Amino acid sequence: MTAADAPQSLHDLPADFVFDPGRASRMMTRGGHGGWLGIAYQNHGSDWVELALPWREELVGVAETGVLASGPIISLMDNATSMAVWTLAKRFTPHATLDLRVDYMRAAQPGKTVIGRGECYKLTRTISFIRGIAHDGDPLDPVAHVIGTFMATHGTYL
Amino acid sequence: MSFALPPYAAALGIGIEPGAEAPVLWFDYSERVSGRPGFLHGGAMSGLMEMAAIAALQAELDRRGETMRLKPVNVAVEFMRGGTEQRTFASGTVTRAGRRVALVNATCWQDDPAKPIALAQLKVLLSASE
Repeated sequence: MTAADAPQSLHDLPADFVFDPGRASRMMTRGGHGGWLGIAYQNHGSDWVELALPWREELVGVAETGVLASGPIISLMDNATSMAVWTLAKRFTPHATLDLRVDYMRAAQPGKTVIGRGECYKLTRTISFIRGIAHDGDPLDPVAHVIGTFMATHGTYL
Repeated sequence: MSFALPPYAAALGIGIEPGAEAPVLWFDYSERVSGRPGFLHGGAMSGLMEMAAIAALQAELDRRGETMRLKPVNVAVEFMRGGTEQRTFASGTVTRAGRRVALVNATCWQDDPAKPIALAQLKVLLSASE
């Protein structure tokens, strides 16, 4: 496949495409909100995906302290958990976030890259259940915990 | 008003105007806030609602003449409709602001405030600021 006919969006993928988190992340974070935030692929397993959000001035939520805003962290976790769903399902099924709850353990340290690790712990035909953590170096000392659900909007997960 | 929009809000192009009850925050559709093709990213909506919730709480504390440090504890967001390629608004309602904890709801809408596209509920720890 040449660059010219490579799919530009996940939505252009053939139906039998086996989901590849690394490749899909590069596609997903090329533009849009994820691209603007600078979200990048880190690692994955059978039901989890790790993405990185590098710190930068523009994403700061409290000017005096340099602490990242929570919006970018929610976006990071929304993306990481979405990828985890498709990784577990082994295919891309368009979906919409139904709900997301974020518990903030502490502020992320200014200047540090935040890692978002999303996990899909249950798939049904139309609903996926996800959880995850965000940390800035030590997964045992997370910045935030998240839990939520997605719904398949076109087609099914299973 | 003592609420100053942070760098993140400025970068997203968030505007703020005084509303009847609480400030109304908005941003225009752009590549920066887009998620799946043709739709707003849920994280961008959440960011706008959180900002609106904090602005509402700050306005309420200002009315009371109180100066407090705010520390978000958690946020729960419900997405009800996909956001489309147009201007998006959000505004907060302080449900309860005690001496130590505040509970603030926020809604996000596009065409009609009565048809929100998302809801958020934010819990904030309050502490005396020097």
